[in-house]
Amino acid sequence: MTISREHLIWMYETMYKIRYYEDKMAEAYAEGKNPVFNIGAGPVPGEMHLATGQEPAAVGICIHLTKEDTVSSPHRPHHHAIAKGVDLNRMTAEIFGKATGLGKGKGGHMHLFDPNVKFSCGGIVGAGIPHALGAALAAKKKGTDSVAVAFIGEGAANQGAFHESLNMAALWNLPLIVVIENNQYGISVPKSSSTSVSSNAIRAAAYGIQGYYVEENDPIEMYKVSKEVVEKARKNGEPAIIEIETYRYLGHFQGDPEVYRDKNEVTLLREKDPIVRMRSILLTEHGIEDMQLAELEQRAKQEVDAAYQFARESEYPEPEDALKDLFV
Amino acid sequence: MQKTKQRLLSGNKAVAEAIRLELERDPNVFVMGEDVGAYGGIFGSTEGLFQKFGPERIMDTPISETAFIGAAVGAAADGMRPIVELMFVDFFGVCMDQIYNHMAKIPYMSGGRIKLPMVLMTGVGGGYNDAAQHSQTLYATFAHLPGMKVVAPSTPYDLKGLMISAIRDDNPVVFMFHKTLQGLGWMDQLDASVGHVPEEAYTVPIGKAKVVREGTDITIVGIQMTVHHALEAAKKLEQQGIQAEVIDLRSLVPLDRETILQSIKKTHRLLVVDEDYLSYGMTSEIAAIAAEDGLYDLDAPVKRLAVPDVPIPYSRPLEQFVLPNADKIFHEAIKLVNE
Repeated sequence: MTISREHLIWMYETMYKIRYYEDKMAEAYAEGKNPVFNIGAGPVPGEMHLATGQEPAAVGICIHLTKEDTVSSPHRPHHHAIAKGVDLNRMTAEIFGKATGLGKGKGGHMHLFDPNVKFSCGGIVGAGIPHALGAALAAKKKGTDSVAVAFIGEGAANQGAFHESLNMAALWNLPLIVVIENNQYGISVPKSSSTSVSSNAIRAAAYGIQGYYVEENDPIEMYKVSKEVVEKARKNGEPAIIEIETYRYLGHFQGDPEVYRDKNEVTLLREKDPIVRMRSILLTEHGIEDMQLAELEQRAKQEVDAAYQFARESEYPEPEDALKDLFV
Repeated sequence: MQKTKQRLLSGNKAVAEAIRLELERDPNVFVMGEDVGAYGGIFGSTEGLFQKFGPERIMDTPISETAFIGAAVGAAADGMRPIVELMFVDFFGVCMDQIYNHMAKIPYMSGGRIKLPMVLMTGVGGGYNDAAQHSQTLYATFAHLPGMKVVAPSTPYDLKGLMISAIRDDNPVVFMFHKTLQGLGWMDQLDASVGHVPEEAYTVPIGKAKVVREGTDITIVGIQMTVHHALEAAKKLEQQGIQAEVIDLRSLVPLDRETILQSIKKTHRLLVVDEDYLSYGMTSEIAAIAAEDGLYDLDAPVKRLAVPDVPIPYSRPLEQFVLPNADKIFHEAIKLVNE
């Protein structure tokens, strides 16, 4: 399978944008939290789960999706949101708790909803799978060829919602694709201590569907597998599981003491960084000029910078707006 | 004068008729749940619908409440109008995350940008020896958590009208039907489970209580079975020269505070009766409303009658001991009027 230059460039640029976004979020989150870390302090309070290192999962499948396809994402959602095309200004404003945010400041970083691109996320492990199942059901009922992707962590594959939803998707031939980001840890517990099988892809056999495993956080391989899976879902309503081995460079949340892993582990992971690898592939195998990459890197940075500026300059909601939007 | 033709329907047929009319009116409406298809719903709420609309719109699901209630959330977000049945409300334990963390919160957390026009229909209530895991009402459990409208009709007329309102509402609505008021052949045959229901589609407003009997001496507030018990007690009270006013709440969220407060202005005495647990429940809420906004209208302290904070027991004498009934209401009302 050959991949067009256009797609390669989009994946690189989007991964770059996600990385820059998350780095910038780590800085913003740290504001007001030094020298004493207080989770409720600073311009971005509350829990913060960053996806630095996990970019390939998001771009490798989202490139095959349209605005009409649904994505549900868990508590670590920024990479999926960016790859799905969520309004970056309003997303960032939401994370800063501003009135211009996607949810007018009522949701925050774990609860981002952008109906324009059919994106949602939530803070309960595994709970987004049934929502994607419902979107897949709606697509079938409406007779469209839309698909639904539920991103989850490898820890969520042990939730009942995973089993219930995949059984129903297979039973009813619904275009549900569950992408499992195996970042090796459910907070602190390694996959080997939580999961009875080494690969969740083999769990697909329990539902009579296809399962795929993508190794080494490889965006190109993720692209190829996802292309086939999305096509089958679109054409035949075939559900599938894709598990990708990915890397979580940061803690489960910002402020995680990470006592459960060797500090050297992340250093080694960063040596295999997928964005660096992708850049070099573009330069050496696809004849893309360094200058062109530098240009799009600059463009991505500007877009992200503008989103942060929009968020910071936006107003907070009026306190009594807390009483609005309960019912429509 | 021409006599109005009364068409009598049981509770379950009233619900099924409401759903049928909405299925015919709106192609986005569909039903999912356990045994809602050929069986017609364990409590008859979808009787005859599968035969008329087929498996695409009346969908039997696996025993996977998390998946199918969560799928209703996802489908509703995508413009469909699902009705999902949680067979017994007692089963909420296996799927409450989807109900209170997602169905109830997504519209709010999205700043109102995501609408979830869905109905969660569920069977409640005891009195037929089904024991602790199949007899609860759990009204307050759902009414306590913000983001869901909660209705609990007590007559076939209101079952139909409130179901149509629930389906047409753009917010998630928990629709509780009382199993014993469905008029099923295999349960107690109660007069209250059959009533006049017009053939055409009509709505009963969500959030509006109904004074079902006017009186001057005491207000008795109930919901579902306790309304019927209260009406029975009111007849006996009348023989004692006491005129009881009986209010059927019909909706728990939004709660019609005004109708309650207006009534105690007139009667100056309040008895609240609930088939749910006593503490932290509907009776507490209404007593608090009376204390906050109607205290000076009361001539005596508010009295509450509800399940005394134990699970619903199985054996007949035990269950009858904990559930409210007309006799208990009669005696409490006599005491309250004489205070």
